Amino acid sequence: MIPLSWYLILSAAIFCVGLFGVLARRNAVAILMGIELMLNAVNINLVAFWRYLSPTFIAGQVFVIIVFAVAASEAAVGLALIISIYRRRTSVAADDINLMKW
Amino acid sequence: MTGLQIAFIVAGVITLVAAVLVVLSRNLVHAALWLILALAGVAVLFVLLEAGFLAIVQVAVYIDAIAILIILTVMLTRHAMRVDLVQLNQNWLWAALSALILFGGLLILFNQIPGLNVEPAALEGVADTTLEALGQSLVDVNQFVIPFEIASVLLLAALIGAIFVARPPSRPANEGGEE
Amino acid sequence: MQLETLTWLIPLPPILAFGLIVLFFNRNNRLSHSIAVGAMLISWALAMIVFANAITTEHLGEHPIASSIPWLPIGETTLRIGVLIDPLGAVSLFFVAWTCLAIFIYSIGYHNFGKPRDPEDRAGLPPRAGGIDPMYARFFAFISLFAFGMLTLVLSDNLLLLFIGWEIMGLCSYLLIGFWYGKESARKAMIKAFITTRVGDVFMLLGLAYLYSATGTLNFREILFNEHVLEMLASTSSGFLGLSAAGLIGILLFFGTVGKSAQWPLHVWLPDAMEGPTPVSAMIHAATMVSAGVYLVVRFFPLLAAGWHHGEALTPTLTLVAFIGAFTALFAATIAVAQNDVKRVLAYSTISQLGYMVAAVGIGAYVAAAFHLITHAFFKALLFLGSGSVIHGMEHGVHHTHEHVDPQDMLNMGGLRNKMPVTFWTFLIGGFALSGFPLLTAGFWSKDEILADAFANGHLAVFIVLALAALLTAFYTMRQITLTFLGKPRTSAAEHAHESVWTMTFPLVVLAVFAVAAGWVGIPEDFPLLGGIIPNWFHEFLGGTLLEHPELIEFNPVPLLTSLVVALGGLFLGWQVYRDVKAGEPDPLERPLGSVYTLLKNKYYFDELYDLIFIRPAYWLAETFVSIWVDRGVIDGFLHAVGRASLRLGSFLRNAIDLPIVNGMADAFSQGVKRVGHGIRIIQTGRVQGYLILGTFFAGLLLAYFLLFQP
Repeated sequence: MIPLSWYLILSAAIFCVGLFGVLARRNAVAILMGIELMLNAVNINLVAFWRYLSPTFIAGQVFVIIVFAVAASEAAVGLALIISIYRRRTSVAADDINLMKW
Repeated sequence: MTGLQIAFIVAGVITLVAAVLVVLSRNLVHAALWLILALAGVAVLFVLLEAGFLAIVQVAVYIDAIAILIILTVMLTRHAMRVDLVQLNQNWLWAALSALILFGGLLILFNQIPGLNVEPAALEGVADTTLEALGQSLVDVNQFVIPFEIASVLLLAALIGAIFVARPPSRPANEGGEE
Repeated sequence: MQLETLTWLIPLPPILAFGLIVLFFNRNNRLSHSIAVGAMLISWALAMIVFANAITTEHLGEHPIASSIPWLPIGETTLRIGVLIDPLGAVSLFFVAWTCLAIFIYSIGYHNFGKPRDPEDRAGLPPRAGGIDPMYARFFAFISLFAFGMLTLVLSDNLLLLFIGWEIMGLCSYLLIGFWYGKESARKAMIKAFITTRVGDVFMLLGLAYLYSATGTLNFREILFNEHVLEMLASTSSGFLGLSAAGLIGILLFFGTVGKSAQWPLHVWLPDAMEGPTPVSAMIHAATMVSAGVYLVVRFFPLLAAGWHHGEALTPTLTLVAFIGAFTALFAATIAVAQNDVKRVLAYSTISQLGYMVAAVGIGAYVAAAFHLITHAFFKALLFLGSGSVIHGMEHGVHHTHEHVDPQDMLNMGGLRNKMPVTFWTFLIGGFALSGFPLLTAGFWSKDEILADAFANGHLAVFIVLALAALLTAFYTMRQITLTFLGKPRTSAAEHAHESVWTMTFPLVVLAVFAVAAGWVGIPEDFPLLGGIIPNWFHEFLGGTLLEHPELIEFNPVPLLTSLVVALGGLFLGWQVYRDVKAGEPDPLERPLGSVYTLLKNKYYFDELYDLIFIRPAYWLAETFVSIWVDRGVIDGFLHAVGRASLRLGSFLRNAIDLPIVNGMADAFSQGVKRVGHGIRIIQTGRVQGYLILGTFFAGLLLAYFLLFQP
């Protein structure tokens, strides 16, 4: 049988990879992809904990449903923002979006 | 090694490799495609965790909706990004370092928590009852109807916001662009 | 009405006149003089009624006409003021009323009422050519105020009210001496008069205070008519030079007289007071104000003589009084011999005669002193008014002939007897009275009584001095009459003089009558031939003022002969020496007396001496010491130093503490923040990924901390 720790390690790994993508990519869309990876890792974590520690407690799955909804909405808004920025500056490099600097 | 374990390892490896390739690809469309593969792998993992409904939802929402959206966006912003440019920014080393440290920290954390090596308990009921219970909980007043409704409102807000933000600029438009 | 009420009313009309003229009628000359003379007439009439009642009262001394009201509450007691008509008060009231009325009427003519106003005359200067005085109404206001003061003084029943009247007269004297304030000599004279009499008044006030603290009252009847109080004062020691309380108070009050009656050494103001118009000289400086000083010592004779009885050796107080009186009499007479201004001679004559009276008080001749006071008032007023008439005549002559001579210098006069007959005869009567012409003049009787008293009580030094003074008096009086009226006119101005108007000559005649007849009320009983025909009413009447009726002097031929000799001899000598003085010639005495004459003419240089000893140091004190050294140097210097020190402290605090430390700290702080901010702002790259890396890093560190150290 698969111990819980395998799932946890896997989700941690995916999470860190997604984190790297967020921190190190130049393209804003790529950053969003990294964020999606992180959210997925979280979902794996949640479901694993639900299944292994409290399978009768349906809140685990409800949590995951909510995370889905949030991820979807956030992706939509983010992409809309990227498109709007692209319209203005013809660039979606995250480095170039630095108006809030000193 | 049981069959479940092998299935897990395969699915896990595929997901992980796909994730790494997502963040390392130069070509954004490639990255998007690798992302779809990673998402699919996660769906398989859900199945392995006997959350079938969630797997379907994963496929429907993530792959059919979000990944497509990302691809569309990449295509809409293609002028900006050329393939041969470096895709990693100047701090990538630090980013890698912090990701690694985080991973290491998490591992150590897992080591310290007792009772994480448990086997899963057997499920009492059939998968159907789980689904039914999930559905019930989402609309039951004593359970999770409120978060459900709030999530709905959030989706609505996001929807409206996205439409508003991404609408074409009113004429006269700059550079005569009609995006 | 009751007699007491009438007495209260006597001083009131003049003060009302003063108020009305000053407030309302200053512009209207006729109305002003009418109010003034009318008020004086009312006062005179009331005074005569009261006097008539007083002399017909038996034993007025014991039952005087008296009335008082409570005036000033002080603590538990109340100061009372009131009126008192005892014999001394009654006779004083008589002469004050007559002389003041005569002078008021005289002033109308003197200030040229009826003549048109000369448009070139300016207020503050005497009229140049006989026009009406520009300040006519003001003069009458002032003399009304003066009359009020004198009447108050004479009627007062306590020393405080007397002092009030005294000071009012001092004020009026100041105002009237400087009536023609346009002249610098007048301005100087008015201040000199006021300050000199003030010196005397200070001592008098000390005496008043001492008297009040010693007896608790200032009422004359309670102190002077009271055996017990007088004995108490005579026996308590004052602690000063071994004098008794009575003696010291007496001396202090006497100093007031020395000032007011121009005795040596405070005589210097009276000759200069001749700067005032002649009616002023007559009234204030001959008849009334200076008489107030003598009135004071006569009134306070019981206090001066407390513990002394007739025939004993004089107490120190009385010795001082007698000495100053006799000395002044001789001293002033010698100066009068060498004066050429017609009014100056009379001024020194006044000083001398006042000395006579003071000496009389000093030797205890109470009745004689009062007698001479009264007769002197009449004939001296007459002489002054006569001199005013002469001056007016001379001024007319000066104006007529356009000659620039001093109308007051006797050497420019002469032969006025024919030009101004009425003036001449009245002046002659007055002059003879002053010299003591026997029998027919009042002066003889009063002067003779003083000499007789001195001789009979063995005060030979006083007797000889007074006799010498009498000789000189007769001499200079005849000198004056001869130079002025007899002989030929020495200048053309004198030739063109003419007699004065009736308002001036009528009072002269009235006063001349008194100058002759006033003496006949005091003829001693045992005088050869004439004694006994008219009883010695005066002695009887006045003696009642004292507790003990003074004794009558026995008749002695020596003083009588002496006074006859000196009077007639002096008159003859004066006429002889001066009758042939021609125009342009100097004074015949100048060559023989030589430097003595210069000394006399310059009044023994007393004015110069006082200037050196008192005036210059006072000026130095005021101008140099106080003004420059103390005021500017010390006080201002101190203030400036404080100011400078504050300024320095302030600038030190500002520049050394406020700016560097306080401002510096604040500035350094803000600069520091700015620099730190400047330095730190670079972390705001604006790149989200950078922030996220940092966040992740720190989260990792935190995690590591919690994992490794597990707190």
